[in-house]
Amino acid sequence: MAELTTTAQAGALARPTLEVFRYDDRIVRHFTLATILWGFVGMLVGVIIALQLPFPEANLGPYLSFGRLRPLHTNAVIFAFAGNAIFAAIYYSTQRLCKARMFSDWMSRFHFWGWQGIIVAAAITLPLGLTTSKEYAELEWPIDIAITVVWVVFAVNFFGTLYKRREQHMYVALWFYIATIVTVAVLHLGNSMAVPASWFNSYPIYRGVQDALVQWWYGHNAVAFFLTTPFLGLMYYFLPKAAERPVFSYRLSIIHFWSLVFIYIWAGPHHLNYTAVPEWAATLGMVFSVMLWMPSWGGMINGLFTLRGAWHKLRDSVVLKMFVVGITFYGMSTFEGPMLSVKTVNALSHYTDWNIAHVHSGALGWNGFMTFGMIYWLVPRLWKRELWSQKMANAHFWIGTIGILLYVLAMYTSGITQGLMWRAFDDTGRLLYPDFMETVIQIKPMYWVRLIGGTMYLGGVVLLMVNVWQTIRRAPKDLPDPAVAVPAASSTSAKDIPVA
Amino acid sequence: MFNRLIKANGRHRRLEGWPFIFTALTALAILTGTIIEFAPLFLVDDSMTAPEGATPWTPLEVAGRDLYIREGCNNCHSQMVRPFRHELERYGNFSTAAETAFESPHLWGSKRTGPDLARLGGKYPHLWHVRHMEDPRSTSPGSIMPDYPWMLTARMDYEYLPSVMSALRTVGLPYSDAEVENAPALARAQAEQIAAEIVEQGGPEGLANKEITALVAFLQRLGVQHSEPLTAAPDQP
Repeated sequence: MAELTTTAQAGALARPTLEVFRYDDRIVRHFTLATILWGFVGMLVGVIIALQLPFPEANLGPYLSFGRLRPLHTNAVIFAFAGNAIFAAIYYSTQRLCKARMFSDWMSRFHFWGWQGIIVAAAITLPLGLTTSKEYAELEWPIDIAITVVWVVFAVNFFGTLYKRREQHMYVALWFYIATIVTVAVLHLGNSMAVPASWFNSYPIYRGVQDALVQWWYGHNAVAFFLTTPFLGLMYYFLPKAAERPVFSYRLSIIHFWSLVFIYIWAGPHHLNYTAVPEWAATLGMVFSVMLWMPSWGGMINGLFTLRGAWHKLRDSVVLKMFVVGITFYGMSTFEGPMLSVKTVNALSHYTDWNIAHVHSGALGWNGFMTFGMIYWLVPRLWKRELWSQKMANAHFWIGTIGILLYVLAMYTSGITQGLMWRAFDDTGRLLYPDFMETVIQIKPMYWVRLIGGTMYLGGVVLLMVNVWQTIRRAPKDLPDPAVAVPAASSTSAKDIPVA
Repeated sequence: MFNRLIKANGRHRRLEGWPFIFTALTALAILTGTIIEFAPLFLVDDSMTAPEGATPWTPLEVAGRDLYIREGCNNCHSQMVRPFRHELERYGNFSTAAETAFESPHLWGSKRTGPDLARLGGKYPHLWHVRHMEDPRSTSPGSIMPDYPWMLTARMDYEYLPSVMSALRTVGLPYSDAEVENAPALARAQAEQIAAEIVEQGGPEGLANKEITALVAFLQRLGVQHSEPLTAAPDQP
């Protein structure tokens, strides 16, 4: 496989001394399979809770009621599905971009099994009702400590690989991985500070306004640094690979990286518009959210323009099709996000299903499709076997795309309808719909449409599972780690370059 | 100048060879916004002072609040009334920072699949809540809320309360030693009273040691210490 930078290999032909090493692809296979498995589980729970909304009889007892399953759904999709996907992307691309095996095999394994253990712990504790109640950070303190330990091991492993890299120049994907690892650590530690009352119960050290502000600083930037920056890194590595084109603009990647990283962190308080947080904080959050539109679109433009002159390849490549839909959803939801943060829009949209549409166009559209594109590109390379069925992969693409469109359109309709009904007054100045129930009954049909859309999307994931399973079944039994030869003389060890 | 930074072989290119400096600069970029946004709120914490005369939850209400958190009620119910006329008409006075000063964790919520609960206290009799939790559609036809019948039968264990109240005191709630130590007894006494009121209203007997009573205590408490009339003109949406 051609690497992004081929000069080292070209030089290698001319030089007599070669240094041979092997990439660790086994760990990437592990993370890839975990991504698919947890993606199915997380989205299945999503379909179940989507059914529970229009059909409350589907709440089966304490452990499977909506209030306990909803955090399980969000945690599974964000940290298990998207999490394992970004680890697969990072472990595959970092080794190649650094021309080095991961720093420590032991740490790679620890990271993998530790993370799966955390997911299993979440899947057990959340249905039991053990929760901090803080959105996207519901896991109780012992699991929070486990997350910290695993994340530190991951960071050491990653930065150790950077340190022993043979390629001096760090490609843009690595910048985004660096931002991810550093910021997620800061966010997790900052938001999870709590005083334990028992092994399964704790209370945040923050109260009221402070707790809300810390929570949404975390919550918003979990979106930024767990669901955006690592996926941009993924895009920067796998999209040029799949399109066999260099990235559109190096300068744009510098500008949009630094502006994205600097601006995103301010945007959290837009989740608290018109609440009891100080006016200046919410306004600051809104202003920075609007500013964020441009760096976000910098990423979208750099992605889509990378395909210039290669658009015809979409016809035959399900990978590129997935990437294009993913990046388009990224562009749409990063336009929608700033718009929703504007106070006048937020006054209508906040507390409604509009937000549910927004997060799913991000999670299913952007994260989901980028992940599927990556998996369809990786699986034949990791298991040394052509994909079992291109037809089935194409079916996945279409059923997923139609499913997500149905989903978001239903939720837009439901959100805007309910938002308008809440604020409607009659001619005498009284609420037109004083009974909240009227506004619920009105949107129930949309909940059924959402269920259909979500089920179609899940059906796509089932096709992916079958396709990958059939491919792996036909794969060679022995899958040795790929060996790479680089010229020893020209290799740049980290010792040769200035470091802090 | 800027061009020198980002051109093909510019200064940024050199930075790309220094991972640890690159990481330090990234950390600086994310910490800038974090510190500037948080510093005022953590240094000047007048919004963290509870209104005069406000008291934190009683032990029974703490237990009820833990149940509210356990069942994930905050996934569908906000507790944050915004200063819009339609919200004031529907729910009551808008929420203030001061009245949530005891809230660890805050339960403001982000979604109203059901109505806001910040002003729920006193709106319905206890028995309504008991029936509503047992079968939401019996009190609210068309409701999509899950039912929680087990809350009427599950025994409430108040013995765990001292450790919880002690943790809450550590994060800043003004509980006395006596309140922490006697929490189970205080909770039981309040539960007996509420259970008796439920019976008076024609409800079932024997709920004093059941989860539902703690939850009712918490729900009846929401917003009642802050129901004073409006002093500021609300914004219009």
